Amino acid sequence: MKQLTIISGKGGTGKTTITSAFAHLAPNAVLSDCDVDAADLHLILEPAIKHKESYSGGSVAFIDTAKCTQCGSCVEACRFDAIRNFVVDPISCEGCSLCTYVCPEEAIVMKEQISGHWFVSSTREGTMVHAKLGIAEDNSGKLVSVVRQKAKEIAEEEKKDIVIIDGPPGIGCPVIASITGADMVLVVTEPTLSGLHDMERVLDTAKHFSIPALVCINKFDINPENSAIIEDTCDKRGVRVVGRIPYDKSVTAAMIHKKSAAEYDCGDVSREVVAMWNNVSDALFAQSEG
Amino acid sequence: MKIAVASGKGGTGKTTVSVSLALSLDNVQFLDCDVEEPNASIFLKPEINEKFLVEIPVPEVNEEKCDYCRKCAQLCAFNALVVLAEKVLFFPEMCHGCGGCSYICPQQAITEKNREIGVVERGRAGDIDFIQGILNIGEPMAPPIIKKERSLIDPSKTVILDAPPGTSCPVIETIRATDFCILVTEPTPFGLNDLKLAVETVREINVPFGVVINQHGIGDDAVEHYCNREAVPILMRIAWDRRIAEGYSKGIPMVTVLPELKNDFRNIFSSIQTTLQQCSG
Repeated sequence: MKQLTIISGKGGTGKTTITSAFAHLAPNAVLSDCDVDAADLHLILEPAIKHKESYSGGSVAFIDTAKCTQCGSCVEACRFDAIRNFVVDPISCEGCSLCTYVCPEEAIVMKEQISGHWFVSSTREGTMVHAKLGIAEDNSGKLVSVVRQKAKEIAEEEKKDIVIIDGPPGIGCPVIASITGADMVLVVTEPTLSGLHDMERVLDTAKHFSIPALVCINKFDINPENSAIIEDTCDKRGVRVVGRIPYDKSVTAAMIHKKSAAEYDCGDVSREVVAMWNNVSDALFAQSEG
Repeated sequence: MKIAVASGKGGTGKTTVSVSLALSLDNVQFLDCDVEEPNASIFLKPEINEKFLVEIPVPEVNEEKCDYCRKCAQLCAFNALVVLAEKVLFFPEMCHGCGGCSYICPQQAITEKNREIGVVERGRAGDIDFIQGILNIGEPMAPPIIKKERSLIDPSKTVILDAPPGTSCPVIETIRATDFCILVTEPTPFGLNDLKLAVETVREINVPFGVVINQHGIGDDAVEHYCNREAVPILMRIAWDRRIAEGYSKGIPMVTVLPELKNDFRNIFSSIQTTLQQCSG
């Protein structure tokens, strides 16, 4: 069983578009949406929720004003400026609990927060594990880890070949949680200077965590010169470019129709995505052969 | 005035809009708060003349004094410390630098040392006071770098903060306690879905906001309908234009490709000023 995470560095390059197409093309997959604070995969796969669980990202401090003498020990100890006028700001509070230890009146307690939910759902393409982080909640990396773990367990139970993971943008903790332990990452980039810059940082991140990477150049024809620079950069880094997808307005039409680019006729885009899936699955499953 | 530019969905045009706004106004300080993938410098091309290391204070355990009582690991809310029979394991990427472990240690066996997680750079892009943060590769936590950038805010200027994508902690750290948040969206189902999450987020943290619809014309009108239903002000509609996309791909700002748009960005600023005066008046 293999785990493939689709990341990008830069947002908006087409991760979810490609994940949804792969979900259709992979015959035996579990799907997972790890972009927990801005999840979109469900808009294409239309999951029917079978199981829902609440998730706690941590605790927040709470000051009992009846016991508080306003001595200021907590304010002095707090490194996150979370206590103002002897009220804890739940958004700034990182849940470290140091204030509960320094308070001479034992006036501070930690309260566990429900910071979101995760779901196991059925879709037309297989079981999907996804989540919704609560509004203005933090610790998304921990929720991503929960989603990853559950998807892996289900894939093993259902004897699936692959978990396909729609990753978040960036390179920070939710991305790290989406890629650690994966067998491969597919980096979706675009032929813009921003796309190239961000691709390098996300490739550096994959390398930092020793995860093999492949690259897809999405909308490659909007700037062939930059596409060539991306190819050259990948070549120098020893990273294979497995897909070159042209720009086509039909991709947006597919999204509006709640179809992936592998189900909706997007012309050359559909053909290239199929070819790319074959390249990716060959590379992924060839790993186990010697 | 502090104006944040956020979105929810990645790739809608936050940097495009924030850079164009900065180039259309006077007396501007620009903060690129997308410290995981900072891109504004590609368009503003600043000359950097100051660098600040961003560090987190992390524990250093003196195992000669340590008696493996485990109080530090029990206090640690982030699983950064594991105490085995005769060994203390520390996981630096998990540490938030709260100081709890060094406080609680009965043997005073824990001191703190600084660990670098990234850098903040400052310089000038024409008349713009430019600041960006860069998270080191492999580091999970963006907010401390954004906090450092924000500590350099010059309140005498119009401060524009370019936020990262998403709605979780790096975005909150960027947009909290700003005067106004511009939410940039695209007229597609993904754009609308993430806009709704972004709207809930700015409402939760009590920042007045308005929407810019970028790439207007590429999808459907569901975003417009949503904004009308929710009484969310639409500050500007930027029509999809191949020239803008091509310019973007080469690192050319939108208002350099289409200078007539500077008026529209100045109008956004005026309408924000009017909105804020009405709020306080």
